Amino acid sequence: MPQVQLTVNGTAHKVEVESRTLLVELLREQLRLTGTHVGCDTSQCGACVVHMGGDSVKACTILAVQCEGASITTIEGLAAADGTLHPMQEAFREYHALQCGFCTPGMVMSAIDLVNRHPDGLTEQEIREGLEGNLCRCTGYHNIVKAIAAAADVMHGRRSELARAAE
Amino acid sequence: MNVIQPFEGIGASVRRKEDFRFLQGRGQYTDDLNRPGQTYAWMLRSPHAHAEIRGIDIAAAKGMPGVKAVFVGADMAAENIGGIPCGWQIHNKDGSPMAEPMHPALALGKVRHVGDPVAVVIAETRTQARDAAEAILVDYAPLPATASVEAAIAPGAAQIHDNAPGNLCYDWHIGDKAAQEAAFANAARIVTFETTNNRLVPNAMEPRAAIGDFDAMSGDYTLYTTSQNPHVIRLLMGAFVLHIPESKLRVVAPDVGGGFGSKIYHYAEEAIVTWASAKVKRPVKWVADRTESFMSDAHGRDHVSRADLALDANGKILGLKVHTLANMGAYLSTFAPCVPTYLYATLLAGVYTTPVIYAEVKAVFTNTVPVDAYRGAGRPEATYLLERLMDCAAREIGMDRVAFRKMNFIPVDAFPYQTPVALQYDSGDYFSTLSQALETAGWDSFEARRAEAKARGKLRGIGISTYLEACGIAPSAVVGSLGARAGLYEVGTIRVHPTGSVTVLTGTHSHGQGHETTLAQLVADKLGVPIANIDIVHGDTAKVPFGMGTYGSRSLAVGGSAMDKAMDKIIAKGKRIAAHLMEASVQDVEFDRGTFRVAGTDKTKGLTDISLAAYVPHNYPIEEIEPGLEETAFYDPKNFTYPGGCHICEVEIDPETGKVTVVNFTAVDDVGRVINPMIVEGQVQGGVAQGIGQALLEAAIYDAEGQLISGSMMDYTMPRADDLPNVGVATHTTLCTHNPLGVKGCGEVGAIGSPPAVMNAVVDALQDYGVRHVEMPATPDRVWSIIHGRKAA
Repeated sequence: MPQVQLTVNGTAHKVEVESRTLLVELLREQLRLTGTHVGCDTSQCGACVVHMGGDSVKACTILAVQCEGASITTIEGLAAADGTLHPMQEAFREYHALQCGFCTPGMVMSAIDLVNRHPDGLTEQEIREGLEGNLCRCTGYHNIVKAIAAAADVMHGRRSELARAAE
Repeated sequence: MNVIQPFEGIGASVRRKEDFRFLQGRGQYTDDLNRPGQTYAWMLRSPHAHAEIRGIDIAAAKGMPGVKAVFVGADMAAENIGGIPCGWQIHNKDGSPMAEPMHPALALGKVRHVGDPVAVVIAETRTQARDAAEAILVDYAPLPATASVEAAIAPGAAQIHDNAPGNLCYDWHIGDKAAQEAAFANAARIVTFETTNNRLVPNAMEPRAAIGDFDAMSGDYTLYTTSQNPHVIRLLMGAFVLHIPESKLRVVAPDVGGGFGSKIYHYAEEAIVTWASAKVKRPVKWVADRTESFMSDAHGRDHVSRADLALDANGKILGLKVHTLANMGAYLSTFAPCVPTYLYATLLAGVYTTPVIYAEVKAVFTNTVPVDAYRGAGRPEATYLLERLMDCAAREIGMDRVAFRKMNFIPVDAFPYQTPVALQYDSGDYFSTLSQALETAGWDSFEARRAEAKARGKLRGIGISTYLEACGIAPSAVVGSLGARAGLYEVGTIRVHPTGSVTVLTGTHSHGQGHETTLAQLVADKLGVPIANIDIVHGDTAKVPFGMGTYGSRSLAVGGSAMDKAMDKIIAKGKRIAAHLMEASVQDVEFDRGTFRVAGTDKTKGLTDISLAAYVPHNYPIEEIEPGLEETAFYDPKNFTYPGGCHICEVEIDPETGKVTVVNFTAVDDVGRVINPMIVEGQVQGGVAQGIGQALLEAAIYDAEGQLISGSMMDYTMPRADDLPNVGVATHTTLCTHNPLGVKGCGEVGAIGSPPAVMNAVVDALQDYGVRHVEMPATPDRVWSIIHGRKAA
């Protein structure tokens, strides 16, 4: 069986996998990092999004063997060691951008990548289009869009603190 | 340092406690749980919509690597395993009971829909189980299949169940037929409207999963399952399928990733993994693929209806007649029979003073996935039919769509209002929600926007829906008399710990609604305990006494009311303890948010003084009352609750592509008392998204052979972020008069009021094309074909 060496959330791993093992299966079943979810089988839903070398990828559509030498960040690796949440995580909570929470890890990872790639900011329409790879059945996306816009301001230094949601 | 704590009680938009674990990947969804030594199950499912099973050859599969066992229907039948039960019995017009065919967990002799489970493979890994399933040889003899209700009840259609001739499950009616016919005979005008309410796939983002875990030492079974109601599963599966007493069966629903109704039902896979675990003497885990979910999760809606509205010369409604064919699918799912009857036809008065209604509903078996409640469950179907009919009628008689509705509204002083279809509405003010929505949506200035769009070559339309619904399910005696096989009360236990923190045990089960926060707000408000010290426990039959679960917008109205009653008992006992501690008489002790006070004095005790005394009862009236501070209440609602309001949708159509864009959506809903405004908005936004999805994007499509064409996320159009607008949500409150909290429920209103608002807007946008009606979903193909004069596919 093939062996893969990769770093996940800063920790180096050397694992044995089948050739057909998906990255998401490696993360969930072998490394017991169950925060990354599987919501579909056609690469539509985005619940499985993680970062590979800083870019968002769908872990259901990448084989574990393709991750040799890669640096993966999952939802579990976002918060600081002292528990401080990433601005995107904080924004999702402040703006009520999650309900059942199942799409949330992939949504947060996609959103961070989207914001990272647009340091000058995003219009609402750009945010909505940028989320086309992530499905949510609960929220109607309304608050997700607001949370991303608020987090973007903090992530790119336009605000020092997250803007509070209107009551 | 004095820190002003933000208010955490009723009315506050408290941010959610449960978010911390969800945002950091520490949710515990069923597939995240792993039992020591677990094996994995893979279901082999029928590729045929209708076929006899001539034989099943499992020999090769059994010999494959890692396989522990392969089971088929005959194995379960040999142990007298019962069929999957139906929880609601409807009677025909002649009083006879509905046809109730047996629903085996694994197919016996026949398969009746694509996806019908035929065999299960248990193996060391999921991939080994899947590989082995592919080696099972099933000798099918295909039979003619029918997917549509019209085809299934037509003479000569292949019979799906031996004891359901003509594929008819029941032929039911409600209302006064003679009075309806008399009203119609005197009518100045009859408006007729026919439509299909399109079949939908709920597609909660978390696929269904179940882990069966039999402990041979104790003889106890544990089922972990993605359920909205673990106690209901324990009852149905334990009593009717596996014959396990409740005391030996624990059902745990951990974090559940969305349900929308699809996770209410007892499914075959739950029984299969529980039973198989005892057979292989190891835990058995099953997780659905999304494609598998499409062909095994209960679908929603799927009605074909005709409505006739009788009007007098002024446009006042004299009567309504409705005929509906409702698709049950291949088997009766848990609540299926009640959805097109008591959750549908009883809503046909809507917000109008219709004096006479007669409705007939025929429920039909087809070779499709079973159909059951999906967000709104019957009420979206009723609202859609009624509100499209009202628009058609208004146009036909040349009246303004708003004026026509208002003229027929139930007046504000008419409550309690008895409808001609059993329900009695307790309170409501449809005029206020209407005028608020009209103003917010800019209804009066719309024509200018239509003209501006036209100048750009686009077609704008605006549509309205004024509606109500019935939820807060439900009064047990009422639903029992209507065929329910269970009570629909709720249970709440309030456990005050010695040092004053509180654990709440509730029979409801959040799957996205934020109960760990909102139910805690009730306790914070009434008992004055900080939310950080309140723990909401749900989803485990070993911890919570009983419960009927979360659906039908019942958690606050029924579950919250049970908690409220239990808190009243806590306060009553607390007063007796406080009276003793403060040497006062109990009548003189007042309680307000955590403080017991002797009236007219400054002698006080805090709740934590009382709770400590209750568990360390030294200075205590031990002769009169027992130690401890824990109370349970069962609450059976006196009526349904009736939230409702007004939804307005504005669309813009590109005639070159047929694409309908929702440019604005306004929802003004009366959900009774609002506990957490942020949560209510989120529920309405999510519901409206599903309603827009139904109107413009979604359709579960079967071909003539019963093959599910829209069988994956590639073919079934789920709403995405750029399909949806910002949704303006506002509330107008009239309190529910019959539960202690005054709440009406808000989980489903978004999905109920929105589809007709969208479709009324689409028809309005196409007014230059002489279009009376457009079927859902109004896809670009359908709309383009109308505009360009061709018949849509």
